[in-house]
Amino acid sequence: MSKPDMITVDGNEAAASVAYLCNEVIAIYPITPASSMGELADEWAAGGQKNIWGAVPTVIEMQSEAGAAGTVHGALQGGALSTTFTASQGLLLMIPNMYKIAGELTPTVFHIAARAIATHALSIFGDHSDVMAARSTGFAMLASNNPQEAQDMALIAQAASLRGRLPVLHFFDGFRTSHEVAKITALDRETVRAMLDDALIAEHRARSLSPEHPVLRGSSQNPDVFFQSRERANTYYNEFPAHVQAEMDRFAQLTGRQYRLFDYGGAVDADRVVVIMGSGGDTVEETVAHLNTHGEKTGVIKVRLFRPLDTQALLAALPKTVKSIAVLDRCKEPGADGEPMYKDVLAALARAYGAGKLAAMPKVMGGRYGLASKEFTPGMVKAVFDAMKTDMLKQQFTLGITDDLTHLSLPWDASFRTDASRKNNAAIFYGLGSDGTVSANKNSIKIIGEATDLHAQGYFVYDSKKAGAVTVSHLRFGPDPIRSAYLIGNDEAAFVACHQQFFLERYDMLDHAAESGVFLLNTQAPTDKAWETLPRRMQQQIINKKLSFYVIDAYQVAEQAGMGRRINTVMQTCFFAISGVLPREQAIASIKQAVEKTYGRKGRRLVELNFKAIDATLENLHQVQVPAAPTSTWEKPPAVRDGAPEFVRRFTAELIAGRGDAVPVSLMPVDGTFPLGTAAWEKRNLALEIPVWESDICTQCGKCVYVCPHTAIRSRLFTEEAAANAPATFKHVVTRSKEFGGAHISYQVAPEDCTGCGICVEACPIHDKSNVSRKALNMSPQTPLREAERDNFSFFLSLPEYDREKVKHTTIPGSMLLDPLFEFSGACSGCGETPYIRLATQLFGDRMLVANATGCSSIYGGNLPTTPYTTNSEGRGPAWNNSLFEDNAEFGLGLRLAADQLMCYAKELVKTLANEIGSDLADQLLNIPQSSEPEIRTQRHRVAALLDKLKSISKPEARSLEAVAEYLIRRSVWIIGGDGWAYDIGYGGLDHVLAQPHDVNLLVLDTEVYSNTGGQTSKATPLGAVAKFSAGGKPARKKDLGKLAMDYEHVYVAHVAFGAKDVHTLRVFHEAESYPGPSLIIAYSPCIAHGVDLSNNLRQQDLAVKSGHWQLFRYDPREREAGKNPLRLDSPEPSIPFKEFASTETRFTMLARSHPEEAANFIKSAEAAARLRYAEYKELSELPLPGEDKPETRHD
Amino acid sequence: MIDLSTHYLGLKLKNPLVPSASPLSKKLDDAKRLEDAGASALVMYSLFEEALRSEEAMLDRFLLDQSIGHAESAGFMPSPQDYRSSLDHYLEQIHALKSSLEIPVIASLNGVSLSGWVELGAELQQAGADALELNVYYVAGNIEQTGDEVEQRYLDLLKVLRTKVSLPIVMKLAPQFSSLPNFVLKLEEAGAQGVALFNRFFQPDINLEDLSIIDQLKLSNSSDSLLVMRWLAILHGRTRLTLAATGGVHTTDDALKMLLAGADVVHMASALLQHGSSRLTEILKGIEAWLEAREYESVSQLKGSLSQQHQKDPSVFARESYIRVLDSFSPPGGVWR
Repeated sequence: MSKPDMITVDGNEAAASVAYLCNEVIAIYPITPASSMGELADEWAAGGQKNIWGAVPTVIEMQSEAGAAGTVHGALQGGALSTTFTASQGLLLMIPNMYKIAGELTPTVFHIAARAIATHALSIFGDHSDVMAARSTGFAMLASNNPQEAQDMALIAQAASLRGRLPVLHFFDGFRTSHEVAKITALDRETVRAMLDDALIAEHRARSLSPEHPVLRGSSQNPDVFFQSRERANTYYNEFPAHVQAEMDRFAQLTGRQYRLFDYGGAVDADRVVVIMGSGGDTVEETVAHLNTHGEKTGVIKVRLFRPLDTQALLAALPKTVKSIAVLDRCKEPGADGEPMYKDVLAALARAYGAGKLAAMPKVMGGRYGLASKEFTPGMVKAVFDAMKTDMLKQQFTLGITDDLTHLSLPWDASFRTDASRKNNAAIFYGLGSDGTVSANKNSIKIIGEATDLHAQGYFVYDSKKAGAVTVSHLRFGPDPIRSAYLIGNDEAAFVACHQQFFLERYDMLDHAAESGVFLLNTQAPTDKAWETLPRRMQQQIINKKLSFYVIDAYQVAEQAGMGRRINTVMQTCFFAISGVLPREQAIASIKQAVEKTYGRKGRRLVELNFKAIDATLENLHQVQVPAAPTSTWEKPPAVRDGAPEFVRRFTAELIAGRGDAVPVSLMPVDGTFPLGTAAWEKRNLALEIPVWESDICTQCGKCVYVCPHTAIRSRLFTEEAAANAPATFKHVVTRSKEFGGAHISYQVAPEDCTGCGICVEACPIHDKSNVSRKALNMSPQTPLREAERDNFSFFLSLPEYDREKVKHTTIPGSMLLDPLFEFSGACSGCGETPYIRLATQLFGDRMLVANATGCSSIYGGNLPTTPYTTNSEGRGPAWNNSLFEDNAEFGLGLRLAADQLMCYAKELVKTLANEIGSDLADQLLNIPQSSEPEIRTQRHRVAALLDKLKSISKPEARSLEAVAEYLIRRSVWIIGGDGWAYDIGYGGLDHVLAQPHDVNLLVLDTEVYSNTGGQTSKATPLGAVAKFSAGGKPARKKDLGKLAMDYEHVYVAHVAFGAKDVHTLRVFHEAESYPGPSLIIAYSPCIAHGVDLSNNLRQQDLAVKSGHWQLFRYDPREREAGKNPLRLDSPEPSIPFKEFASTETRFTMLARSHPEEAANFIKSAEAAARLRYAEYKELSELPLPGEDKPETRHD
Repeated sequence: MIDLSTHYLGLKLKNPLVPSASPLSKKLDDAKRLEDAGASALVMYSLFEEALRSEEAMLDRFLLDQSIGHAESAGFMPSPQDYRSSLDHYLEQIHALKSSLEIPVIASLNGVSLSGWVELGAELQQAGADALELNVYYVAGNIEQTGDEVEQRYLDLLKVLRTKVSLPIVMKLAPQFSSLPNFVLKLEEAGAQGVALFNRFFQPDINLEDLSIIDQLKLSNSSDSLLVMRWLAILHGRTRLTLAATGGVHTTDDALKMLLAGADVVHMASALLQHGSSRLTEILKGIEAWLEAREYESVSQLKGSLSQQHQKDPSVFARESYIRVLDSFSPPGGVWR
């Protein structure tokens, strides 16, 4: 037996480490929650780590999962051992190739972090919908329940696949297992080597395609033999379970860890057994052990090998005493009379009974649980076992939700705890994504794992916001391996830490606290005042639960140690000091070691600063004397303010408050449809400082409104009288524009929605003449301003939008008077994408249809609880949907085609009913153009008149026309997405849509990297930039999507960067929207993934343009019709070296530190590429048109 | 054969021409050319405190601890596997220069704070530097701060560095001290082995278009060297510290004047950046020719021979010369009359 080597890793790393050792070609594509498997493989390869045969595997990122699967198929046919990692939609895209790979009996293992499939909504969270959708591909399916098994089964799968020639889909629960950090016993290279039989690998290679011994594979077959061919493989499927068991047995000999195809746990004479697959199996096993020690006879079958299903082995695993069986599926097959595994088990039992192999047919019930990572707890397991005691079993029941509509759900006791979970020490930490709480906790798990014999488990819950993301860390540690695959529940945590004072107003975190536990609060209040800062309910909880209450001013400790606002090591030290998991000195020494490991030689001073903070922590950590009774007079405010619409109060507010799990089925929209305008009700108060308007020096240029990523600063025109009842501090002045007849203007901040990025101040061009540091906008602390500005903003919103027809839409100050219909998104503070979307909604929002590719823009655009898309005062606004990642252009085209088709139909009906409608109105409805907003508005009036008229027309065509009359109003179709979509996975569709004549506007938010999944390389990534999957710098230059589109000649194409030339962007949006064919706007969008603080957003855009990294241009086919060159280059020749731009972004500079020579070469090439690209565009823009004598160059 | 050798910081150098801190020490080829051209030692490019700090901040925020709390991404950059900080590069460069050059290598630390960076001197020593230059590029713009406090900052930094290294230390000074000779005495007491006169503060400019402040680099010219020359002349013989002249040495004449005033070594940077390493050879030959023509035997003979203490009239380097100069000025014809 090998010497056990304990490591602390998450499930993804556990699986990827084995996959890396056993493979030669690894083709990948990022998708949550599987991305990190590919990233790790790429990093290991970049670092020269070798597989067990001593070679560095080739790791290649493809354009989609379909591409990755194709590459794997090819690599396998070429004789290499090849693998991939994916989940959810990615797995769906692989399915066609999986049929091929299985049909050709090719050994490989795909590792899947199982995740929900998008239906009425996308979800990144874990269930078995994806793997169940792949169950007919012919792949074997092997499940792991925890990180230890994710590692072990990865190896068993590889060995069995080679032995039995079936490809294996090895899966484990997304997030629950893929992201669970746990202490596991590591496999060493020798064990991995011992499990893989060289002879079998040689056979695999011998079967490969080779001109030395050529064969043909992948033929086309006719009805005569196809069927027989399919049956020919039966023997391989029949034999495969035995191969898997044999490899499991061999693995046990090598490691001492024995697995079976169906692992039974529980009483040998159990009367009730649950059959389950995945992480839930551990929870059931823990519950079974508890129930059995308390007098019950229960058991669990943990299904490992789901395909091929060995019914003999399944039946053999069941105790003979079983009377009833519950099969739990982590998926839903709508319309079926049971989920897949339930039906498999049922069929197996029925067949055995029919064949006389079972004395009696047990009762069998099937149920669903855990969809999209819904919690699955011992209380729910107990509810199942309790339900099995009854005679009439409930069928297709559900667990973990309240189904008040179809009444399928089983009620459960949320307070039920197992003995095993009581033995563990549980701790829960509320932190901000940016304060390092998660990384400190991951660290703590490692420390506990490495410094003690304790087992440890960490699980991390994130909210769906990018700016000000809240994280909740759930840590367990105890003497035995931890199999609690569920979050820490109420009354369970011996330690509750609140790392941000303002969370006291938001979360009921002490619900989690166990009796006599500890509450640790990071607060700026002095020790003797800290008690008073708590809401009354919390005080009562501290008293009732007899909690010890500790406080520290971690910000002060960090600040004094020179660490700024980085409080993670301070809070970590407090945890160890109070919890006593380790002796204090040992704990502190371990924390210091961990700090040294993180920063090492690279950040020696950071190590010292951390040490200083750690050493200063204990003297600043104080216990608060808890009074006998609560003294506080305030309670946590409601999640949304008074005045919210009913839906927001009943539904959205519950989600914001963190009570979404309790929302009953009946309250859910049936088809995933939600109202707009909900983000305005979620006041997040993230900004430490907000802009203050200096109306005396402001020139009312509108640039601040234009650049704001969160729509948190607005301008509005109104009459002096309208402001008569304004709050006293509401600022407004007479507008400087003469044409508004003395109207007043206000620039107003939304104090609770601003994220404090400061870009508006950066954009402000106005300086006080006597004091250049004072601008027309200046940042000032939010807290003292909050109340007054909240009232001011509320008053501001009560003012009507100024007549849109009197405002110039083509100037920045004018267009910024238009109401935005996209506000307060959850995007990162300083986001480079959102201003483009907001601008589109200001100009065209009342007639917009948005097709949104999956990515950052779909997350901040449509992730519950709220959406930033909103309506105007007439209730009109952008209608939005996210189809998929890969099909967005096609999806948007469909919206266009529907609009056009139904407009045609409506026009036909208008013609048919022309006499009844009146020929004047009919003529106008049919023939007056709608190229401008006033024209569209007039058409709306006509349609209203039409509908009015139709009421009195009794012909059936009138009814039909009523249903489609609104299609007579021109719609503006916007197809929005990132570069991952446009350049890579969706490029085929985008290209096809561009090739059509239809009027769609494609807005590519080009961050030059996959932003949402964490910074992986796309074909938009520039030469030499470091990104995930390009750890050594991207070797190829950025794809020129604009030029490819221009090649069609009928596409309007533009490159914009609002921070470099704001008016240019505005102009492009107008031109693109008015162009009656396809328009492609490629919008430069600085992103945190570039490794630069986004307060520099505008500077980065400016540098990108000045250095020639990003050209500004417009290609307008209408110009060609007018006899002019359609290409207009709008940025001047590069005026600074590319290096100057690159030196400001970590994505470029980090390579200079690791590979200086390569970096220097990249910079040189990138410089040349930038100049060349500029020269090419310039040349194109100066080309004479056929018949034209001399070139015409035009610059604005 | 004229003996061109000189002693500086306890090191015996074959001649007094030493390239000062500049990008020319970043590439081994360039450094080698300087040596071949006759340089007797090399001051490396400066290791800037602020550069290290901002690099640390970047590392901390974007590479080492990337966690930002997004469910879909734990970070945005691949974790740096072979990342070497600019300090690592600097140490490697010391090692590389020492391996390929015969001449002594003087490492240069540039910064102002007492927050732990001077301690890095120990690592520079370990990497093989022959001496350290401590460049306290401090703009004394704090209205609360007295001149003594400004001087104290230099002394404190020097003392800390002194405890960390056994190497000779040269302090590169700004020209703005109330009493330079007295301050130099204090530096001597605090453990310095030399002073380099003077640091050139790069002067910011104003962009009249957008009213922003522009940072700019302007290379020196010969006239800059006269300020240095005067103070060398005043200090020579009054301190045991060895003296380096830095700033504005572009020609043989410039170099000779420095030596005559009392410099032990003459630094060059702008002239080398502009004209290449051959300029150093030319000046060296020029010095030799000048000495030969005047039958000097050695540079030692020359050094400080025109310093203040060797003047019959010491006032030539003091206030009196100022009065003479003012009186001697007559405007060009036609300007005033």
